[in-house]
Order: sequence, then structure tokens, then C-alpha cells
Amino acid sequence: MSTLAVHDHAVAHHEGDHGHHKATFLNTYVFSMDHKMIAKQFLITGISMAVIAMMLSILFRIQLAYPETSFPLMETLLGRFAPGGRLDSNFYLSLVTIHGTIMVFFVLTAGLSGTFANLLIPLQIGARDMASPFMNMLSYWFFLTASIIMLSSFMVEKGPASGGWTIYPPLSALPKAMPGSGMGMTLWLISMVFFIASSLMGGINYVSTVLNMRTKGMDLWKMPLTIWALFLTAVLGVLAFPVLVAGVVLLVFDRSFGTSFYLSDIVLNGSQVQPFEGGSPILFQHLFWFLGHPEVYIVIMPAMGISSEVMSVNSRKPIFGYHAMVYSLIGITVLSFIVWGHHMFVTGMNPFLGGVFMITTLIIAVPSAVKTFNWLATLWRGNIRFTAAMLFAIGMVSFFISGGLTGIFLGNAALDINLHDTYFVVAHFHLVMGSAAIFGMLAGVYHWFPKMFGRMMDERLGFLHFWLTFIGAYLVFFPMHFMGLDGVPRRYYAFTEFESMKQWLSVNVFITWAAIMSALAQVAFLFNFIHSIFWGKKATQNPWQANTLEWTTPVEHLHGNWPGEIPTVYRWSYDYSKPGAEEDFIPQTVPFSQTMSSNLPHDFEDNPIGLEEHAKWTSTQKRNEEVK
Amino acid sequence: MLSALAVFMLLGTSMAIAQATADGGAAATDAVKDNGMATAGYYTLLFLIVCFVVGIVGKILRVFDLTQQIQGKKAINWNNVMGVVCIIFLVAGMYGAYWEYTVQGSMILPAAASLHGVKIDTMFWTTTVLTTIVFVITQVLLFTFLFKYRYSAKRRGHFLPHNNTIEKVWTIAPAIVLTILVIFGFFTWQEITTSVDAKGEPASINIDVTGHQFAWELRYEGKDGKLGNTNYKLVSGINKLGINYKDPKSFDDLQADTMVIPVRKSIRLNIHAQDVIHSVYMPHFRVQLNAVPGLPTYFKFTPTITTSEMRTKLDNPTFEYLLYCNKICGGAHYNMKKVVRVVSEAEYQAWLAQQKPYLTDKLKQDLKFADQKSAVSQNNRLALNN
Repeated sequence: MSTLAVHDHAVAHHEGDHGHHKATFLNTYVFSMDHKMIAKQFLITGISMAVIAMMLSILFRIQLAYPETSFPLMETLLGRFAPGGRLDSNFYLSLVTIHGTIMVFFVLTAGLSGTFANLLIPLQIGARDMASPFMNMLSYWFFLTASIIMLSSFMVEKGPASGGWTIYPPLSALPKAMPGSGMGMTLWLISMVFFIASSLMGGINYVSTVLNMRTKGMDLWKMPLTIWALFLTAVLGVLAFPVLVAGVVLLVFDRSFGTSFYLSDIVLNGSQVQPFEGGSPILFQHLFWFLGHPEVYIVIMPAMGISSEVMSVNSRKPIFGYHAMVYSLIGITVLSFIVWGHHMFVTGMNPFLGGVFMITTLIIAVPSAVKTFNWLATLWRGNIRFTAAMLFAIGMVSFFISGGLTGIFLGNAALDINLHDTYFVVAHFHLVMGSAAIFGMLAGVYHWFPKMFGRMMDERLGFLHFWLTFIGAYLVFFPMHFMGLDGVPRRYYAFTEFESMKQWLSVNVFITWAAIMSALAQVAFLFNFIHSIFWGKKATQNPWQANTLEWTTPVEHLHGNWPGEIPTVYRWSYDYSKPGAEEDFIPQTVPFSQTMSSNLPHDFEDNPIGLEEHAKWTSTQKRNEEVK
Repeated sequence: MLSALAVFMLLGTSMAIAQATADGGAAATDAVKDNGMATAGYYTLLFLIVCFVVGIVGKILRVFDLTQQIQGKKAINWNNVMGVVCIIFLVAGMYGAYWEYTVQGSMILPAAASLHGVKIDTMFWTTTVLTTIVFVITQVLLFTFLFKYRYSAKRRGHFLPHNNTIEKVWTIAPAIVLTILVIFGFFTWQEITTSVDAKGEPASINIDVTGHQFAWELRYEGKDGKLGNTNYKLVSGINKLGINYKDPKSFDDLQADTMVIPVRKSIRLNIHAQDVIHSVYMPHFRVQLNAVPGLPTYFKFTPTITTSEMRTKLDNPTFEYLLYCNKICGGAHYNMKKVVRVVSEAEYQAWLAQQKPYLTDKLKQDLKFADQKSAVSQNNRLALNN
């Protein structure tokens, strides 16, 4: 009922639009309220942030590979942060911190969800735009503001925040504890408040759009998995991010107003007794990880949704176990709220809690396993077309398996004792949420580039980009597991102080060069991306022969997405290679009455009239054959 | 293209010259001037040339493709090419993983040197075997499917939307395996984290470990077998741990530079932090616990292999067990180490006898402690006399 009403309203609004809106440069490209433009803004900002964060990682990788060597060029570039051509140890930590923060929040949360939720939700559910286009625009501008504030912390005298992306107090709360905990940390906190505001405005919009603005016939069980994933991600974000705001605000109080929420019993520099009493640093960790763990699913679920869609389209096969895929996403969403303690097994949290969190953590591996097996089953007996997007989706699955399996070690509290905060953890999350999510995002970019820019990306350059990045990422992160098993801690500026860690120096050199190679491979992507926006081959309306609604819109963008009425949806989005059908795909907008030869009884589960018609049709067919 | 080559060679030679002068050490000023721009330029141009080569190869491929098409032959079938690359990647990747398991796998920590560590190791190896099996099977399936079912215009995909039986199987199978791991892990974890001595157990040796930027302080119990109270408000230049000297148990508390512990004796670490969070990490014993300001934490373990036994075992005469910080704590986080030495009981007692108490003569003077103490002892005498 409500679907219909909103739908009508949207049409009316759309028609009114043309009367009094004049398209200017400012409202088309800058302060645009069109979801497709906002998606592009998110994407391009996200890519820029990713490039910056990647360059930061190369800087600290160089330090790790050559801890004793001086690079005069570094001093030229970084000035006081690299005296004598060697990174300052505090600045090293800043680099690690800002790399993590940008990648997790600005690239894989805003860049990924922001881009694809904005682009795909209205297009795939059949809506003219988001529920609140103005709030959607604000969401982008808050995000951009947050990005600028975060980057501006490099201009501060003492450097950016440097307590790790998890900013555990007291380190982050005491400006005297390290240089980055001064002005840099303040900027980090301000930036995050803006970021969370942006994320909430986006999230509320995504949830309300999916729930209220689906086109006729698009019930929840006909939605593509991308929409399911983006929807559940938005729900997670809306529920989890406010808790981080709470944590951040209390931290601001402790830093600036002399409260002691997180602080107690502190003595600085061996003799300066601080006046804080009664707080608990563990409280911050609880608040942080209550967001922080759902956050990793906020990062990976859109990538899962995108990969499911891309793999189904390019295997020319329905996604295997659609319902199981949706239920496992829901399972992950729910469970992700009760596993945060596995980040805190050895932080001094009550050991009994540790045991409980271990149980919940290993339960969450079950829906993840189901997803993996379903992807494999989707490929089985498919007719696989290797587009660049397909390769990246496959890469996502491969990384998700490799990184997910090491999660079984880390989720086990007893094993975590020795692995916590070592390179094993670094390897684990870079594979399972870093590489996997970025591959999902790249799969999405290659797949929906024609929808976004009306042109095609170069596929062969995409192949090159994929293989270099895929192999590079494995070369970087696979050896790190073994460093972790040797007890090498993360966030160490140099391994030269420990005799036992020196054996890993050559491995570090190797990893650094593998990282540089994968970083340079991104040039292939950036060139391809920019070049194709302007000079790429013109896209056709449905270049991948896909079923989903976005491919029924014209190539040239228009405000309101569909020129006439919004198409009605009759079937799920995965009717690929259906036996009896003329082509190997049947778009969602094709009614069953037009595809009598390929209909299955299963298609009419909740539709007795349809089933009767189907039965009638099949019996006539049979009779005709007998006559022949 | 040619000009790029020219610049490349120019930069290359200038870099060579710069290196030569630096090597000669004749002109120090020259070396200072060379800020690496030349080297960076060299590599940048090298990269540009690689880009050019890639571009040219791309063009050649396209020309080849087009001529093939013009001649009526088949164009390059990228689906076949990618399918084959997938198989090559699978084989090379599996070999790479095997190589890493054997070569780098032999560089990891030796077997645990503590009682509870042995259990952790057993669980670790069980998990490793299980995950490796799943890793190999899934990756092999993934990449062989890609090769086997690569695109062919002649056939269609197999329409298979779901199969409830197999889905149930692969939901329940991992659930069972994980349940086993969880139960195994849960009880081990409970056992490890019990830090209180059970009734009838011999008392553990208490050692206070206090982290601050950027070092660890150790405090051993003296003859009374008990550690004195501490209070952070008492911390000062002369009393860096804030020991409360009004508590008589603190009088004989000993300070130490190295953590010497007797083999096969239960050790209980009382972990404190003064400024920010640190983490006591002793990987050889499978011991790690954060040091949190305002929240003392405890870890109980029993070392089983002495340092000298470990040296023989590893064939490394300079081997030392280490305790280091594993929670980011500031600029010198990477250099907070403490040597841990596991010795026999006799050696331990001999070593302990040589350690100095925290309550030094100087400290006694500063705290006007001598008077108090004698007053106390006088009181005692009075009491005895009565």
C-alpha cells in the first residue's frame, strides 16, 4: 500500500521538477541532490582518499624495509617529520594511524557504501531518487568536510593523531603522552564527529528508501542481494555509529574539560601525578568496539552484496541459495553486535566475558562459511565470462576465504593470547576486510561504470590491474602471518632493536616491494578510470545482459531515472540461463506471461492463480506434443 | 618517447656521478646537495617507460586482434586466456603457500616454554590443520571452477537456484567443527585465566611488572613472601613505583633488572601501568596481558624450559627469553624490552639473595625512615617487656 502511495508522489514530484528547476553547473555537479551525482562524488572522493592512504602506507613500508637507511628525499618532502631522511618514530605511528582511519572509515565505509548505496538503491529498487535528497547531499558534504579536517591534521605542528586507529585512551587522552595526542588528536575527533553525522544521514536515507520506495512488485524477496547487503549495512551503521559518538564525546571531555571517564591512577614522566581518578580505559574499548566490530561488517557486507551480484551476472547463473544468502547477511548483522569483546580478550576484561565472546565470535563464522560455499556453488557449472568486474569479485571471495580462516585462530581466546596485536592480526584483517572489501568495491566500479558515466572501462587494462593487485596483495599479506606466529608485534617502528626480529628484515624488504608493485598497479586503474570517463567506448543500455532494474534506464542520465513510468517488477533478479528461455537472461521487468516456456512451478509459490495458469499451459503443451 | 629516454639516461648518469662522489667522500657538500631527487627521477622515468611498454603491448595486441578479425580468424578469446591464468595462479599460489609454510613456517616461535602454552600449541596446530585443509579445498575449487566453466558460446549455465539438502549440510558441518573448537578453546581459556592459587596449591611467586613510557620495572617479594602496597599518588623521583612504605610488607621488596624466574614454579605476574596502556608480551611462554592504568591485571604461568636448555635446543648460544610491549604506547613503543631468564631453583635463590631492596638507605634517610623504624622496634620491645 505505502509503496504505491510513495511511488505516485515521486512521479508527481518528478514532473513538477522540470517546471521550476534550472540546471546550473552548481546544482548539477556541486550541490547536486541527484543520487547518481552524489554517488559519483562519494566515489571520486573515496578514490582520492584511498590513493592518499595508500601512499602513507608506502611511506611506512619503506621505513620497515630499510630502518637504518636515510632517504634525503623524505626530508625534502616531509621536513621535520623525517629528520635526516629517516621517518620520526612518532610520525611513523601517525602514518599507521591515519592510514588505518582513512582506509576503514573514509574509503571502505563512505567510499564503498556511499557510492553504491546512493547509486544502486534507487536504481535497483525502482525509485526516482532517495527518500530525502537534501539530506543525501548534506551527507556528502559532511563527509568531504570530515576528509578535509582529517587531512589537515598533517599541517599541525606536532603532526596528526598517532595512537593507532583505535585511539585507546589514556594514550590519546593525554596530550603529553605523545606529540600526536595534541592538536592532531583534536582534529581527528572533530573529523570523526562530522564523519559519523554524514554516515548517519546517509544510513537513515538508505534504510527509509529501501523500506518505502520500492517500485510495484518489488517485494523484499525480489530485491537483488546488493540491496539486501546495502540495506543491512545501513541498519548496522545507524545502530552502531552513535555509540562511537558517545565514546568520542566522552574522550573530548577527558581531554579538554578535566573529566575522568577513561582515566585513573596516572603518573606521567615518572613523577607527575595526574589528578584523574575512578575512570576506566576499558570503558572506551567497549564503546569503541561496539561500533568497531559492526564496522568491519559495514565494510565487508556491501562488498559481499556486490560480488554476489557480479558473480551471478557473469556466471550466467542464479546466485545459489538466494534465501540462505539473505539469511546469512541477517545473521551476520545481528551477531555482529555481540562479538565486539573478541578485540579485548587480553586487555584485562573479565576472562569470563572473554569466554562468552569467543562463543559468539565463532558462531558468526557459520553464516560466513555458508556465503563462501554458496559463491562456489554459483560458479559451479556456470558459463563464466571474465570481465574485470568478475575477476575482482572472485578476488574478493579468495581473500575472504584466506582471511576468514585466520579469524578462527583469532576468535579463539586462548590462541589470541599469543597472536593479539601481532602481524598475524595485521595479515588477517588486511585480507578479510581490507583486500576483500576493496576488491568488492573495485568489482562494483568496473561493473557499474557504464551506469555511472555512460561509457565502458577498458577491460584489458582491468585484467592487468586485477592480476597485479591480486598477486601483490597476497605477496604482501601472506608472509605477515608467519611474522605474527614468531611474535612480531604490529605498530613497531623498527625491528632492529630485537635480535630475534632481525630475521624478518629480508621478508620486510620483500613485502615493501610487493606493496610498491601493487600500489603502482593502481595507476593502471586510475588511468583507466579517468580516461574512460571522457574517452571510453560508449556504453549500451545493458552491457552485461543483466536482469536488474538499473539496466532498464537510459544511458544518458536524467533526473528521476526513468523517462516514463517506473517499470513494474515481476520476478527475482536472478533468472539467468533459465531452461526454456530464449536468451540466457530474463530481466525483472518481464512478466511471467511472456515467458511461459521457461516458467517453473517454483516461480508461483505465493501465487495460486499463476500456478493454475502455469499448470494449464504445461498440460496444453503436453497434449500438443502427444498430438504431434 | 625519445625525449623521455634522453632524460632517463641523463638522470641515470647524474645519479651515477652523484653516487661516485658520495662514495669517494671527497665532496661532502655534493652529497648533501643530492637529496635523492635524481634517484627518484630515475625510478619515476623507469616506471613511465614500463607504462609506455604496457601501452605499446596493448596496442600491439589490439592490432593483432584486428588483423586476425580482418583475416576472418578468431579474435583473442580473453575468457580462455583468463581461465588459463586462473589455473596458473592456482598452481603457483599453492606452491607459494607450501613454500611459505615450510620456509617461513620454520622461522616461527619454538614450542611453548610453559605449561599452559603446550595446550595452546596443541589447539593451534589442530586449528592450523583444519583451516589449511579448508583453505586448499576452497581455493582449488574456486580456481578450477573458473577454468572449467569458462565462457563458451555453445552452452548455457546450469540453472540451479538452490538445493536445500546441500545447504543444510554446509551449514551444519562448519557449525559442528566450530562447536568442537569452541568447547576446546573455552575450557583452555578458563583454565589459563584463573590467576588465583587454588587451595592446596603451593603459593605462586608474585612479581610486580609495571610499565611506563618506555620501560618495565620489576618488583620481587622479599623474605616475607608478600609484596607491599603501592599507590600512584606516592610516585616521585625517588619512589618510582609509589610503594607505600607505611606497609611493613614493602620493606623487603626487591628490585631487579632482569626477570629471573625458577623453572617449573608457578609465577604470578601482577601487571600495572603508570601512564598509558602497555602490554606484557612474552611470546615464548604464550603469555600476554595488557597493563592498564588503574586496573591491575594478573597472569599466572609456569615456565618449563630454562634459558640454557632453550639455547641448546635452538642451537643459539645468545638466546634470551624476552618480555616486550605489545600495545602502542608512544614513540619508543618498539623498544621496551626486558630480558627474562629461566633458571633452576638453586640459581634463582642465589640470584634473589643478591638483589637490592627498593627501600635503600638513601630512601630511608629521605623518608626519615630510620627513626620511625627504630621507634617501631622500640615499641615492639616495650610490648615484649610487658
